[in-house]
Amino acid sequence: MTYIRPKFRHPGLPKNELGYTLAQYEGALSTLCAGCGHDSISAGIIQAAFDLNIQPHKLAKLSGIGCSSKTPTYFLSNSHGFNSVHGRMPSVATGANLANRDLTYFGVSGDGDTASIGMGQFVHVIRRNLNMTYIVMNNGCYGLTKGQDSATADAGSKNKSGHVNLFESIDLASLAIELGASFVAQSFSGDKEQLVPLIREAMKHPGFAFINVISPCVTFNNNVGSTKSYDYVREHIEGTGTKDFVPMMKEITTKYAEGTVQGVKMHDGSDLQLHKLANEWNPEDRISAINAVKTASAKHEILTGLLFIDRNTKDLHHLIQTAETPLNQLGENVLCPGNEVLKDINAGLR
Amino acid sequence: MKPTNIKDPEYFHKVVDCQYACPAHTPVPEYIRLIAREKYTEAYMVNWESNVFPGILGRTCDRPCEPACRRGRVEEEPVAICRLKRVAADNKGDVKQHMPKGPFTPNGKKIALVGAGPAALTVARDLAPLGYEIHLYDEQKAGGGFMRSQIPSFRLPESVLDEEVNYILDLGINKHFNHYVSSLKELLAKDYDAVFVGSGAPQGRDLPDMAGRQEGAANIHIGINWLANVAFEHINKIGKKVIVLGGGNTAMDCCRTARRLGGEHVKVIVRSPFAEMKASPWEKEDAIHEDIPIIDNHVPKSFVIENGKLKGMTFEKVHAVYDDKGKRKLVPTGDADVFFEADDVLVAIGQENSFPWIERDLGIDFDKWNMPIVDPATFVSTNKRVFFGGDAAFGPKNVITAVAHGHQAAISIHMNCMGEDMAQRPAPFTNLLSQKMGIHEWSYDSEVVTDLRYAVPHADKTLTLTNRKKEVELGFDVPTGFKEAERCLNCDVQTVFTESKCIECDACMDICPTSCITFTVNEDETDLRAHLKVQATNLTQDLYVSDTLPTKRVMVKDEDVCLHCGLCAERCPTSAWDMQQFLYKVTKAEHACQHH
Repeated sequence: MTYIRPKFRHPGLPKNELGYTLAQYEGALSTLCAGCGHDSISAGIIQAAFDLNIQPHKLAKLSGIGCSSKTPTYFLSNSHGFNSVHGRMPSVATGANLANRDLTYFGVSGDGDTASIGMGQFVHVIRRNLNMTYIVMNNGCYGLTKGQDSATADAGSKNKSGHVNLFESIDLASLAIELGASFVAQSFSGDKEQLVPLIREAMKHPGFAFINVISPCVTFNNNVGSTKSYDYVREHIEGTGTKDFVPMMKEITTKYAEGTVQGVKMHDGSDLQLHKLANEWNPEDRISAINAVKTASAKHEILTGLLFIDRNTKDLHHLIQTAETPLNQLGENVLCPGNEVLKDINAGLR
Repeated sequence: MKPTNIKDPEYFHKVVDCQYACPAHTPVPEYIRLIAREKYTEAYMVNWESNVFPGILGRTCDRPCEPACRRGRVEEEPVAICRLKRVAADNKGDVKQHMPKGPFTPNGKKIALVGAGPAALTVARDLAPLGYEIHLYDEQKAGGGFMRSQIPSFRLPESVLDEEVNYILDLGINKHFNHYVSSLKELLAKDYDAVFVGSGAPQGRDLPDMAGRQEGAANIHIGINWLANVAFEHINKIGKKVIVLGGGNTAMDCCRTARRLGGEHVKVIVRSPFAEMKASPWEKEDAIHEDIPIIDNHVPKSFVIENGKLKGMTFEKVHAVYDDKGKRKLVPTGDADVFFEADDVLVAIGQENSFPWIERDLGIDFDKWNMPIVDPATFVSTNKRVFFGGDAAFGPKNVITAVAHGHQAAISIHMNCMGEDMAQRPAPFTNLLSQKMGIHEWSYDSEVVTDLRYAVPHADKTLTLTNRKKEVELGFDVPTGFKEAERCLNCDVQTVFTESKCIECDACMDICPTSCITFTVNEDETDLRAHLKVQATNLTQDLYVSDTLPTKRVMVKDEDVCLHCGLCAERCPTSAWDMQQFLYKVTKAEHACQHH
């Protein structure tokens, strides 16, 4: 039996600016089902962290409970990690982020962990614009408990046992746009060419960045009649051509006809190239973005790519004007200035 | 690129680097697995069928398989394939029961073999069970050819040689030892249906015109003749100071033998730079270990004679200069010539073919280098009754090449005798079989260990240098043999891809530890190689390309550093990947004829 990944790597693996190869960003061998979309997203996260030259110890990965929330074990073994209570990842992320704003925060959640038990925390972390990347690995079912319909399963979709879902689904992307998220994207685990650049941009974004990734549950929700299967998703993103919402890398933008490429200057000075077919859609206009998602949804199409971005966003630290230095770098006398200072504060409140 | 045709047996054969590199195409991973399972007898027989001399080759093979071994491309050193073969030979049980047993029903055909070296013995082994009456001629008193006369006993004990030669002689071969064939015409006049010439390259090169060569003759010896005289115990001592000229394996055998016959200050002096010497690296190491200095970049100039006796030699110092095409030239450094003292000199600067016993009017054409014209596939000469193999065919090579020649010549002789067209070579035997036992379980040991190559233990120098017959290498013991066997990557267990089952979930691409698999748009080979997950720069290794998948992409696998760990197949939800063992066997004479 082999649950063990060989130690050898390709001797010609490329190195990033830090001199690391992808191997330095790997995690343990996945115990998810063979062919799980989540593993593909994990590989995308590894690639994005490598591409961005992130120092592994400068990143914290956080998750809740579920198949998706197991994945932080399978990437970035050299980073900080916190596997929280079910649906409570946002509050842990908020605490960590407030204590140390120098790390990159990467939250991983699932449709159950976010749209059911964690909905309360999810909406509030968006409102607060916490500087983090929040990925939902969305498979429309409770894979860990054998595939019951989740809150993101589309009404009318059929699960493996033939049961048709009666309830309306929660559309996490439009919800995020509506609640004021400053970066909202949607993608598919089976399309790394689109997914990896999106994760990269999300990690660079200086506010709350949300990516809803449709990630087929190969064991319980990959059947005919499901709207989250490999085949269904491929057919319904192919039909719209919405793949073209991908933030393109410079060298491949030339493949597109003139006038259809829109450059967006990012916060860090880099250019995000967006290619779009829908001319009315403006990724910097919240109403236009919601319209685009809703229009696609009405046509049973899945809109993928970067849906909305607010480049001038201000994250939680700016809003509540916290100290710029991480708490772990402040001395005890600063953190706990003593009785005299407390007395002054109390006096000010009298 | 076009989709890879995995039905072509040569595609997967090439993936098994060791087997592909072996002239006899021995199924290496197959027998290494048997060794790991302690099935030594079976491992021996896999070898015996393919290379005829497992015990001999497990000690002396030139090992073309090892530089080819995939392991050498993912870590420092290849699997010790050669020495594992010896583990099978050392620990085998009764192998004779698995070998063909005579008497065989005669088929009425008669064959003469000239020379009893590895090529001729292979022909004998392949044809005797088919009913051929075989007559084996050799000028020496026992069979083995150069394996007996050139390879010293401290590398190859006589008992091992005798055992494996006798397996063949016991098949009812008519032996004509101590019989030098002095005329092929006479031999052909007898009623032989075919004559196989496996007489080797018996002439050692000399330095006939060098000053002092004549006067010093008593103490100047041709390396291969001297080794033969030692082997047959005509010579048992040498002077204290010995110079060995030459940088090949014969020079290494000469210097090490000289150390055992009383040579106290033995040195090898060679024209070329150390790194470019023809000797195998391990043979150079063994010589140096026995306190034999190797002095490179010295070209012999003259034998120095004093009072009619050899005193030593002078050498010109050179250095290597390379032109644009990388061609080497040895240019004098301008330093003064160097003198080295010597009581004896062994000249081991190469060997040549020589066919004084073949008359030139027998319909056998010779080329301008006085070499017979031999077909490289059938080994037949321009006389359809006369076949060549081993060193006699294309000049000096090695034992395993001679064996490979022997197998092919035997096929040709058999086809010719049975009235079939020998140009229609028989296809190889191949088999492709899934190894799946369960979700995470394969019938082979798929875990990839990180152990570095194990060193073979040597007997103590004080023992080996005082006894010419004491074997230096002790061979792996059973536990070490197991550990070394586990280093094998099982490259014959192929990754087989079925595009119709693939759902393009990327799981294989994500899990592959050596980044071999990429799903991408199809391009021509050069572009595809540049655009894979990791560039495929090793052009000797093929790309495995699938047919077009539903998303218009193709699966491309760079075979170069695949560990054959099976993780792609384990992580595949639809079994589009499967690990299938590929067995490739070169067809032997027994199955070569369609109608006989």
